[in-house]
Amino acid sequence: MNYFEKDLTSLHDDLVAKRISVTDLVQATFDNIAATDPDLNAFLALNKDAALKKAAEMDEKGIDADNILAGIPLAIKDNIVTKGLTTTAASKMLENFVPIYDATVVSTLNEKGIINVGKTNMDEFAMGGSTENSALKTTKNAWDYTRVPGGSSGGSAAAVASGEVIAAFGSDTGGSIRQPSSFNGIVGMKPTYGRISRWGLIAFASSLDEIGPMTRTVKDNAILLSAVAGHDDHDLTTSTKEVPDFAAELNDQTSVKGMKIGLPKEFLGEGVDSEVKDAILAAADKYRELGATVDEVSLPHNKYGVAAYYIIASSEASSNLQRFDGIRYGHRSDDVKNLEDVYVNSRTEGFGDEVKRRIMLGTFSLSAGFYDAYFKKAAQVRTLIINDFQAVLKDHDFIMGPVAPTPAFKIGEEISNPMTMYMNDILTIPVNLAGLPGMSIPAGFAKGMPVGMQLIGRPFDESTLYKAGYVFEQATDFHKQTPKQGGKN
Amino acid sequence: MNFKTTIGLEVHVELKTNSKIFSPSPVEFGDDPNANTNVIDWGYPGVLPTTNKGVVKSGIMAALALHAQVEPHTHFDRKNYFYPDNPKAYQITQSDKPIAHDGWIEIDVDGEKKRIGIAEMHIEEDAGKNTHERDYSYVDLNRQGTPLIEIVSKPEIASPDEAYAYLEALRQRIQFTGISDVKMEEGSMRVDVNISIRPEGQKKFGTKTELKNLNSFNYVRKGLAFEEQRQQRVLMSGGQIQQETRRFDETTGQTILMRVKEGSDDYRYFPEPDLPALNISDEWVNEIGAEMPEMPGSRRLRYVNELGLTDYDAMVVTQTKEMADFFDETVKLGADPKSAANYLQGDVNAFLNEQHADLQDTQLTPANLAGMINLITDGTISSKMAKKVFKAITQGKEPKAFVEEKGLVQLSDPAQLQPIIDAVLADNQQSVDDFNNGKDRAVGYLVGQIMKQTHGKANPQVVNKLLIASLKK
Amino acid sequence: MASRIDQDQVQHVASLAKLSLNDDQLKYFTTQLDEIIGLFETLNEVDTDGIEPTSSVSDQINVMREDVADNWGQRDALLANAPESEKGYIRVPTIIDESEDE
Repeated sequence: MNYFEKDLTSLHDDLVAKRISVTDLVQATFDNIAATDPDLNAFLALNKDAALKKAAEMDEKGIDADNILAGIPLAIKDNIVTKGLTTTAASKMLENFVPIYDATVVSTLNEKGIINVGKTNMDEFAMGGSTENSALKTTKNAWDYTRVPGGSSGGSAAAVASGEVIAAFGSDTGGSIRQPSSFNGIVGMKPTYGRISRWGLIAFASSLDEIGPMTRTVKDNAILLSAVAGHDDHDLTTSTKEVPDFAAELNDQTSVKGMKIGLPKEFLGEGVDSEVKDAILAAADKYRELGATVDEVSLPHNKYGVAAYYIIASSEASSNLQRFDGIRYGHRSDDVKNLEDVYVNSRTEGFGDEVKRRIMLGTFSLSAGFYDAYFKKAAQVRTLIINDFQAVLKDHDFIMGPVAPTPAFKIGEEISNPMTMYMNDILTIPVNLAGLPGMSIPAGFAKGMPVGMQLIGRPFDESTLYKAGYVFEQATDFHKQTPKQGGKN
Repeated sequence: MNFKTTIGLEVHVELKTNSKIFSPSPVEFGDDPNANTNVIDWGYPGVLPTTNKGVVKSGIMAALALHAQVEPHTHFDRKNYFYPDNPKAYQITQSDKPIAHDGWIEIDVDGEKKRIGIAEMHIEEDAGKNTHERDYSYVDLNRQGTPLIEIVSKPEIASPDEAYAYLEALRQRIQFTGISDVKMEEGSMRVDVNISIRPEGQKKFGTKTELKNLNSFNYVRKGLAFEEQRQQRVLMSGGQIQQETRRFDETTGQTILMRVKEGSDDYRYFPEPDLPALNISDEWVNEIGAEMPEMPGSRRLRYVNELGLTDYDAMVVTQTKEMADFFDETVKLGADPKSAANYLQGDVNAFLNEQHADLQDTQLTPANLAGMINLITDGTISSKMAKKVFKAITQGKEPKAFVEEKGLVQLSDPAQLQPIIDAVLADNQQSVDDFNNGKDRAVGYLVGQIMKQTHGKANPQVVNKLLIASLKK
Repeated sequence: MASRIDQDQVQHVASLAKLSLNDDQLKYFTTQLDEIIGLFETLNEVDTDGIEPTSSVSDQINVMREDVADNWGQRDALLANAPESEKGYIRVPTIIDESEDE
């Protein structure tokens, strides 16, 4: 199956018209994976038997013509729990962990008839921006196998960009959907905090984590967000706001005419690659051409986002990851003489260096005598960052800028320097701190690699981002370009 | 040298809600290990807590019962520590904005009344339970997530007796709200104690020690008394008190050093991001206040002022909410309040002690107790007969039906009694003469004869009246 | 610049987090953490007097579950995933410090 020529709408038409059966579509997807994944390494686990069984059942029953997701195969990031299917969060700690319940996103998708083909690689516990922190595999960029796919949802991004699957779900705590989407030239949405249930998402930083769809087109993305968004009784932080049919708003009439767009000067400052900058400035011109106005605006506290984020996210993570103690599930050390060994040896063996680093940073930031100077201070700076966004979004429909300062870097290039890695998140992190929706869409190329543009909206206004993204996509052909031979160029 | 004692009490009260505080698993005890647990209770990857509204409501009720200020903007925090019975390795509790603060309760020690302040109270989850054997420990998470309220006193308790009185008053007030069984022996009330002493006149508090294994109010009092003396001896001999945890030994009545505290534990509290904050409105508090059962203090006043009970009787019938409710209901059904109070503190209490039962678990009902008391008051039965009737009503029998069935009805009708009296007088001329000669003792003999003739069923008052009248004729 | 965190502190933090570090790791993490904490300290440039901290950006408040019990019947599946269990209990090496236990 050549997914580069398809989107959800056309696949659905093929299924309804019986030009292809669900079984053949699912089998073709596994064929794609079999051809590409030995080099790409996007998947950690395949759900082959269950997927084909469900496909056969759906073929038997027939496809519901009104349900666009019926029989569509897609992939799920491996920090989203799937009942009966190994879920590792790319950690040795959970290498053999088989969940006994489904995440709400998974059960919702299952009910809507999608077919989960497998679990995608990621940075261990979603901590990282290159997927190099996976304890299990090194995933490559779909466009250049010597480069990283970004992270932490690198497996999902590479799987979609390489055409293995039509769509995948990822999670985003500081840029983990948007940055790999940018690096692989696909569309990735981090919705507003509370838009999608986190029940079943293995927590990294609870006040920042958000699940979101990763697709090749804006419309496909909008379809998937509508499918999984909404309040969940299992996650009391999910919003009770109505979820629009986002895709229904995308058509010939969709326009950005009269929209006001803010372009923060801090987003094009020092450290941003000049080709990335050029792509974004060109995109701004494109929006002007399409009838919007683009102003320079300022987010003065943006530069403190990275520091505030690494304190808050690491603090929450240090607490969230304490449950991995070798007692109730997951890795237990064989080298155990007493209870303390169960804790210390299981955790020391089970976690990789980046996870340990964040756990220690978080433990330090919360510890006696340091809480006010670090955790509380960061939480106050978070308020200032929120205020900055509110001030701009009061009279702008959305904010645009790059997703990442650079295109995808080489595998091994930055992994030994955590500080450099952390600074890569400078443009995505503030959006998580403020809980706003942020989307990455293809906006050009730098050094032959894709460059993503980030659109940031008001809380719960994913709708405007989809419209603006859709209009841009229709006016450009960046999204039509695909990696050659699954990246084997 | 004279010393001042300062005691702090932290009381954990287990709430009897249907479900756990952050998971819908049932709150039940005595089931198979881990039977009442789910992925939330086990701290599985990806799970999230959900706040039980019933627990928040109970927290507000406890706050009202202890005259505390309900915090309008409250939230939960995480307290981080590793332990096998603590599956997430953090406890969801409240730290910087607990549900209520600044309450008080009045205590009475030897007739002297004093208010003890309550610093704060917060709601939190209980841990599971570990049991230990030689090679392994075993973890049961059934208790994990059981809702608790922790009530922290201000350092205003000045003696072991005051501590005892505080615990009694606290237990009673919480018991009256109905949110908990508050039984130390069943673990639904747990007490952590700390105590320090300082020389009279010194402003700064002394170093405090913490006492563990205090499983009854009496042990709390004994443990504190021992510790008070021990600290005095240490200071008098020029020594210093160490910050330490000591264990109370029930057999010797002494406290034994468990461990010396090195610095404070580092629990790394921070706000729980998985749970929305709570804004508790005045409307909600008022609504709960309106539904609150009447507290023991105001009931006692009412019983003394309106029903004429003595202070002592009023205190006894307000020991538990069930007892007080039973009393109210019995009086409402027409029973004489004094008799009702007497029965409750006498026969009823004796029965409960003998059965090791709580009032609500027996077949006794206010209707049957009131029925029995009314039969005594209207003369249908004698207090002697009432013994049998009481036994019957403890078995759930209706008193009037029982009395009729057993023929226990007292003979009070003068028309029936007069012929018997006349016959007895005719047979006992000697006693009649004695009476006429001023020997009052003769009356007792004659009454006895009449009772004998009636097999004890004659109403003694009526017999007395009729007999005297006949003799004076 | 004076170091912001030393090896003793890193060791302390690691022990709070139940992680063990060998000497090389201790050195390596101390250097890295020191650098990152230096980044954290740039927040001192920001005047946050009187600014309320943000700990959640959820738009939800006062959301609670009704007090209704529901046993999900997961006991057997949970016990099956435990590294060690016996007679329905989760099993661990004997807990020596009983002082914390009720």
